[in-house]
Amino acid sequence: MRLANKVALITGGTSGIGRATALLFAQEGARVAIAGRNEARGQEAVEEIERAGGTATFIRSDVRLAEECRRAVEETLRAFGRLDILFNNAGVFYPHTVPDSTEEEWDLTLDINLKGTYLMSRFALPTMIAQGSGVIVNNASGWGLVGGNEAAAYCASKGGVVLLTKAMAVDHSRQGIRVNCICPGDVDTPMLLEDARIRGMAWEAYLASAANRPMGRIGRPEEIAKAVLFLASDDASFMTGAALVVDGGGTAD
Amino acid sequence: MGALTGKRALITGGASGIGRATALLFAREGAAVSIVDLDAGGGQAVVQAIQGDGGRAIYVRCDVSQPADCERAVRQTVGELGGLDVLFNNAGIVRRASVLETSVEEWERVMAVNVRSVFLMSKYAIPVMIEAGGGAIINTASGWGLVGGRQAAAYCASKGAVVQLTRALALDHGAQGIRVNCICPGDTDTPMLRDEAHQLGQANERFLAEAAQRPLGRIGAPEEIAQAVLYLASDAASFVTGTVLVVDGGGLAG
Repeated sequence: MRLANKVALITGGTSGIGRATALLFAQEGARVAIAGRNEARGQEAVEEIERAGGTATFIRSDVRLAEECRRAVEETLRAFGRLDILFNNAGVFYPHTVPDSTEEEWDLTLDINLKGTYLMSRFALPTMIAQGSGVIVNNASGWGLVGGNEAAAYCASKGGVVLLTKAMAVDHSRQGIRVNCICPGDVDTPMLLEDARIRGMAWEAYLASAANRPMGRIGRPEEIAKAVLFLASDDASFMTGAALVVDGGGTAD
Repeated sequence: MGALTGKRALITGGASGIGRATALLFAREGAAVSIVDLDAGGGQAVVQAIQGDGGRAIYVRCDVSQPADCERAVRQTVGELGGLDVLFNNAGIVRRASVLETSVEEWERVMAVNVRSVFLMSKYAIPVMIEAGGGAIINTASGWGLVGGRQAAAYCASKGAVVQLTRALALDHGAQGIRVNCICPGDTDTPMLRDEAHQLGQANERFLAEAAQRPLGRIGAPEEIAQAVLYLASDAASFVTGTVLVVDGGGLAG
């Protein structure tokens, strides 16, 4: 087991990539704190981990709020006694151009995707520094590296996540902390379904548009989770400040 | 069950450094490994180490800049191991000099070993992979394939080419089930790194101390780079293609 005796905190852990990562981390021996806004889905994920013989707890929290981020870290420490891995994964997406988007959407996107990553890291880092070790993995996006259509706020937020990743890597590597991000392409998650709905596209047509990319398909949450596991594990001991693109070749084009 | 159980892997430059560490790791993870290298003594030593641990390996002597050698290396690997699932294009050399100090012959040798070899080995390996329904290719590029480095003009040019060849291969062969990615290591504790110190006329200690000036405060171990190659070679990376994986202790982050 690659994460034996480790404790992981995963934001947005109740669905999609976060949930798949929580299940995989637990399989690999980690005790997992699942942070999210949806209590019912969170408890479901916890129960699924426990049924498989793993250990998990749900912490209701909104990453936009400093106090809730502080409490998520504190509750993780209270439950499991340490914090080795922080996966900043919570994110939202609104498919709009700048003129089409509202200021509320902009603020929501930036607050959850970027400020949430800052806040959780801010409260997790002191514990990791005191332990002398820790790993942070941030969920950025292929659209944090190249522009995407009708996704202005999202692109801005994810570009911010990529560079916040590098800045934290520079600041905290000497304290034994590695910081990396993943850049997924389109993945079969509720967020993608919602994107198709808002764009007014049938799911089949949406999936067909993915056939143009080199691998001819979208990704599965489990495939992204394996990239997060690699970065979180000691196998990636010389990796920090890196952006790992997992997109079926989408941005190679 | 290993991450590469039942797989057959060909590793160029497998006799030393990152190639050797990757060969040993791949074998531990269940792969049969073909060590392709000019250095027969080093190559045979890796084969013996793998066999001593109960693994399966062969050595193929090969100048990766030569088409006939590359074709034979692929043919012999497929013949003796029964197929080819993973190609690790890792052979490389470095010339630490500016353009003015690099002779035409040196330029051509660096390009031949670092880039032409990736083209040639891929050219002969891909048909085998297409026939089998898929495969994984990993190329050793470099942090200096992404940013410039001083007194390393031919090396930088060659590694930049490897990065782009990786992406082009990924686009052309993704639909055939072949994933193509590259790693970009930072300074790693290998014979090549010591060769750089020698070429620059610097003492090893001073050169290594300067190389450690990166966020993690140290150079990498070949085994740490090998783990990144293993990830890309394994089914864990099933949605990863055309990707440039930087493994450099944060060297390029700042």
